Amino acid sequence: MRRTRTRRPNVLGGLLGTFWLVVTLVPVYYIVVTSIRPREDYFTSNPFSVPTDPTLAAYREVLDAGFMTYLVNSLVVTVVTVAVTVVLSLMAAYVIVHNRSATSRRTFDVLLLGIAIPIQATIVPVYYLIVRLGLYDTLWALILPSIAFAIPISVLILVNFVRDIPRELFESMRLDGASEWSLLWRLVAPMTLPAIITVAIYDALNVWNAFLFPLILTQSADKRVLPLSLWTFQGAFTVNVPAILAAVVLSVLPLLVAYAIGRRFLVSGLTAGFSK
Amino acid sequence: MSVADRVREPRQRVASPVEKHPRRLGPPLWMSLPAMAFFAFFAIVPLVGVVLLSFTTWDGLGTPGWTGASNWTRVLSDPVTQHAIRLSVILTVASWLVQCPTSLLLGVFMAGRQRYRAVYAVLYFVPLLFSAAAVGIVYKALLDPNFGIGPATGVGWLSKDWLGNPSLSLPTLVFVIAWCFIPFHSLLYQGAARQIPREMYEAATLDGAGRVATFFHITLPQLKNTIITSSTLMIVGSLTYFDLIFVMTNGGPGNATRVLPLDMYLRGFRSYDMGGAAVVGVILVVVGLAISALLNRLGGSSRMDSQMEGL
Repeated sequence: MRRTRTRRPNVLGGLLGTFWLVVTLVPVYYIVVTSIRPREDYFTSNPFSVPTDPTLAAYREVLDAGFMTYLVNSLVVTVVTVAVTVVLSLMAAYVIVHNRSATSRRTFDVLLLGIAIPIQATIVPVYYLIVRLGLYDTLWALILPSIAFAIPISVLILVNFVRDIPRELFESMRLDGASEWSLLWRLVAPMTLPAIITVAIYDALNVWNAFLFPLILTQSADKRVLPLSLWTFQGAFTVNVPAILAAVVLSVLPLLVAYAIGRRFLVSGLTAGFSK
Repeated sequence: MSVADRVREPRQRVASPVEKHPRRLGPPLWMSLPAMAFFAFFAIVPLVGVVLLSFTTWDGLGTPGWTGASNWTRVLSDPVTQHAIRLSVILTVASWLVQCPTSLLLGVFMAGRQRYRAVYAVLYFVPLLFSAAAVGIVYKALLDPNFGIGPATGVGWLSKDWLGNPSLSLPTLVFVIAWCFIPFHSLLYQGAARQIPREMYEAATLDGAGRVATFFHITLPQLKNTIITSSTLMIVGSLTYFDLIFVMTNGGPGNATRVLPLDMYLRGFRSYDMGGAAVVGVILVVVGLAISALLNRLGGSSRMDSQMEGL
């Protein structure tokens, strides 16, 4: 009952917080009202006014322009990348924590170095590799490097959690004759499930929103992923701003639904690796 | 009893090296091999590759040919790249000056337990759901001098050609990048601020310290590690930032926003000068790694340590 200080409301803080809220939400409001504005009204009505005769025509145009293909591509790339990354990272994390050889320790040091590599700076050699492998303009061109760049941080997060599993559990299961492989799936995986979910969300957000790899590693429309499709919509629709912004809304919608359902997981997933 | 036996027995076995069975070493090394192979092939090889390619001429189609250091002298003496280096430094410093204090204050604000702040925090998160491409497209429309925020509000100083005016385009980018990233960094600060022991504030209040004094004498020092982590991410992030700038200005108007990553992309994938692009890539890698190392030193511990300690 000594908390007298919090009794006095922080007016200045509240005002500044509200100001940032407005800054955050104005673009969101603008996207929504513009995307339901009839195309011909865009040039005449006030950009912030609520349309008097709202229409979903812009959304239909976007859906007719191949949006579902891009959505499916994004889903495929994200799901495959995340699944492979999580499985391989969990295996590596188990080895790093429980294999006491010098090689396994050095493995970890090399991976830690990888976290500091700026991906953007390696686009020229990654492009070279992908072209040489004959994977240019395929979804594999996006999946394979994405896995590689997601592995270091994923392993780091998982290592922290694998370390917390009591060693006695491993020893007793080994005495019962469990193989290392079944230890991984029957002990490590269930015990680190919260970390696995966090890692999966972290990787999924990065891959889902990635723009640079798709830009340099794919070309044709049937290999296009969502963020890249927004950019090409912008080129194709040019003056049809309601349609461009409808595409933006549709691209954010899956994540918005995910946020509404699993806000806590999404927040922890996003800051994963920076605070445990 | 049997559980206790089970628990004790292996420990004794580990202690005596004579009995060491291969299985006691734990999981076999090959289990980490797939992860390492991916990482080595698509991250380490490119890291070495960018250095090698910077000494070749390559148009992106044929075979790279060795040219020695000529790319380096050409690119480093090119006024366009020199300008890009200057712009990158300005963008990085300005972004840090805007983002660091704002996200710190916002994070501390979000750490408060008031109901309305919890609601605000839910909404502050929304920009994080947008891809950089989406944000770029939205702001391009919103900042349009004829159909955007200026005419919408009728406010004079908002009615400017934000992206078309060379002297306004970079500050505009700084703002939009801040809009994207402040939510993330404020989450880091929120988490850290909530870990500050409440007793510290109670003691300070009993000593008669006001809100401002407690902020400067308790909150700020306690957030030191988070400030270093967050600043490292901000600085390396803005130095290598590409997506948003590419979508919003593509380096323009003229070369007014052609920062280093844009310079690299435009050289490599628009002018088909992959060797020159690789030179810029090497610069980015070296500067990025150097800044990370420098800021780690500043914190007195490596970033990896602070990550593991949970800040």
